[in-house]
Amino acid sequence: MSLTINMEAKNRVLCIRLKGDLDHHTAEKLKNQAEAAIQKHNIQHIILNMEELHFMDSSGLGVILGRYKQVNKKQGEMVVCAISPAVKRLFEMSGLFKIVKMELSEKNALQRLGVA
Amino acid sequence: MKNKMETKFSALSQNESFARVTVAAFIAQLDPTMDELTEIKTVVSEAVTNSIIHGYESDPEGWVYISAVIEGDTVELTIRDEGLGIEDVEEAKQPLFTTKPELERSGMGFTIMENFMDEINIVSHKGEGTIIRLKKHLTTSRALCN
Repeated sequence: MSLTINMEAKNRVLCIRLKGDLDHHTAEKLKNQAEAAIQKHNIQHIILNMEELHFMDSSGLGVILGRYKQVNKKQGEMVVCAISPAVKRLFEMSGLFKIVKMELSEKNALQRLGVA
Repeated sequence: MKNKMETKFSALSQNESFARVTVAAFIAQLDPTMDELTEIKTVVSEAVTNSIIHGYESDPEGWVYISAVIEGDTVELTIRDEGLGIEDVEEAKQPLFTTKPELERSGMGFTIMENFMDEINIVSHKGEGTIIRLKKHLTTSRALCN
């Protein structure tokens, strides 16, 4: 399965909604599209909605960490929401929760960043 | 009774999903839990991705070989390439270690394989390739008549 990426920018917050599989093959597409949107909309914070993400491996961790570093340079935050238990385990294993915040829903994530 | 499958495919990233879905379909006969299925798919993806990116440095001329053996409630997977080989296996297994940070590799591949499987065995020789053997006992309560 491939990856469908839906992006929406609101007040320097980029909402990225992922559907399908995030692996090495699809990670580059996500990287390129997210980088372009971050630059175009002068993005400071990222919300990653994983509600419809069916599969993710360590390539996903790499691309998420890469985008975190981008917004972190602008004192921004990265919030992930609606993540599955499987993806949560990968986050825990890699220590990503030390830098990436988790919320139950996109609405909660938007509230956290003060744009709801 | 042993039940085996094997396949080989070009070292192309679009085959990563083919590899994990194929193995998942094969082990479905053991009636694994969703967690176990996800774990198997993830480790196949990690090992195959390593072969493609590191073993062959994304040269599609390379072949990646996978085989799976089911015996009782145990699954044994072998992922093999004839690529560059790993310089230092112990170093490669360290969490967050990667030789390709510029490609945004997380360095978590082997850590994930170790965590999701019961046994891992890595044999690698410079210039000859790498063989990863992974074993997992599934919790499935199989029919007694089997």
